[in-house]
Amino acid sequence: MTDRVPVETSRQRWMAILARAPAERLEALLIEAEGAPEYTVLRGPESGLVMVRGRAGGGGAPFNVGEMTVTRCTVRLDSGLVGHAYIAGREPRRAELAALADALMQDPERMERLEAQVITPLQASQAARRAERAGKAAATRVQFFAMQTMRT
Amino acid sequence: MAYVAVKGGEQAIDAAHAWLAEERRGDTSSPALSVAQIQDQLGRSVDRVMAEGSLYDRQLAALAIKQAQGDLIEAAFLLRAYRTTLPRFAHSKPVDTASMTIERRISAIFKDLPGGQVLGPTYDYTHRLLDFGLLEDEALATGAVAAETDTAAMPRVPDILGQEGLLEPDTVCDHEPGDLTRDPLSFPAGRDVRLQALARGDEGFVLGMGYSTQRGYGSSHPFAGEIRMGEVSVEIEPAELGFAIDICDLVLTECQMVTRFKGSKTVPPQFTRGYGLVFGFGERKAMAMALVDRAMRAAELGEDVTAPAQDVEFVLYHSDNIEATGFVEHLKLPHYVDFQSELQNVRRMRAEVAE
Repeated sequence: MTDRVPVETSRQRWMAILARAPAERLEALLIEAEGAPEYTVLRGPESGLVMVRGRAGGGGAPFNVGEMTVTRCTVRLDSGLVGHAYIAGREPRRAELAALADALMQDPERMERLEAQVITPLQASQAARRAERAGKAAATRVQFFAMQTMRT
Repeated sequence: MAYVAVKGGEQAIDAAHAWLAEERRGDTSSPALSVAQIQDQLGRSVDRVMAEGSLYDRQLAALAIKQAQGDLIEAAFLLRAYRTTLPRFAHSKPVDTASMTIERRISAIFKDLPGGQVLGPTYDYTHRLLDFGLLEDEALATGAVAAETDTAAMPRVPDILGQEGLLEPDTVCDHEPGDLTRDPLSFPAGRDVRLQALARGDEGFVLGMGYSTQRGYGSSHPFAGEIRMGEVSVEIEPAELGFAIDICDLVLTECQMVTRFKGSKTVPPQFTRGYGLVFGFGERKAMAMALVDRAMRAAELGEDVTAPAQDVEFVLYHSDNIEATGFVEHLKLPHYVDFQSELQNVRRMRAEVAE
């Protein structure tokens, strides 16, 4: 029913984390880990639309639900590595930083340090936010004890 | 019927707009409303404007609400106009609502559904009494409580009932869906186009049409099989990358309505389904959408088409509030020449009667 790729590659994983990173936080983490690396912006940052699709009945034929705003950017490091980013909303700086981080992460000499100093902390904040909301949702979980008693 | 272009009135228009800006700001002894406040504190308005404006962007929807002085149809109109200025980069893969991060999930047909019932931040069970405490800038009365999270899977209700074969299965097909933003509405309209139109249709209109099916106009005796709300990740596959990337989480509300179906020559008696999926937390809209989706499937399921909600053309031609407001409000524009000819007509008819 889902089109999800069976195994998420490491690049897909970090791109998903970078796409959700707030600009200031990402910038601060990148500066701390990398200083100010040289790069060229190849495309954008530019805003546009993505048409979001759903499936009739949840699992049937696809249909268009509506559009969302996105910003994309592509950068190239002096080493030639190219980084891409697509983020939700209209935030040019955030898209540019995410593309830069994607390029840097492809550099085998930097990857481990960046994973520890940029990706891991971002992932932790995102997981914490998710866990906080999941906790609140869990507190509203209903158990119909009374109904079960009445039936017996 | 036509209106004519007229010249003049520029000064009056400028003055009207200046006054509008002043009225929008209101009493300057109160602090101005920030877009962030609207985004955070008028979330349901933001959700509705995103759904009917057919553009998911919380900040832009909040800005539109501020600009339109809270007129939500005007705000949705602003979003629709804005989207025409942007290029389309991609379409997403169909979102997988089965893997939604659940914030609310209820079923009116299964008490003990796997994964449980989760109320979420709901108005249900409130007493609908005005809370005068909100007149003051009170501190958060009671913070939300958190509980141990459960990682139990939350299968969609159709996936549960479907295992017994009692519920009609989804028809899987991967043809390119129709798109109302690219091609004007034409008939017969497939379910893909109908669902798109309902997802961005006026909540009041869709609600009224859904309600009419409950009251006997195309009665289908529906049950709320499941309503779920939460975050769903959006994936796109940009050509330059050649693989899918997960770009964000969107809040969506999904509703599965379940309706008894007496069966046909080829299909045994079973439950059929209506489907609702909308941007944001929009439960009323998602439920109404599911009712109307089911009603519009009447012809496909061999039922008599007798009621307004089953009439696909009627529903789809009137569900869009931007189109509706455009046509109703265009009556304000100068129709001087038209009306002159109507006047002459009526005068002539009266003269003929008098003779």
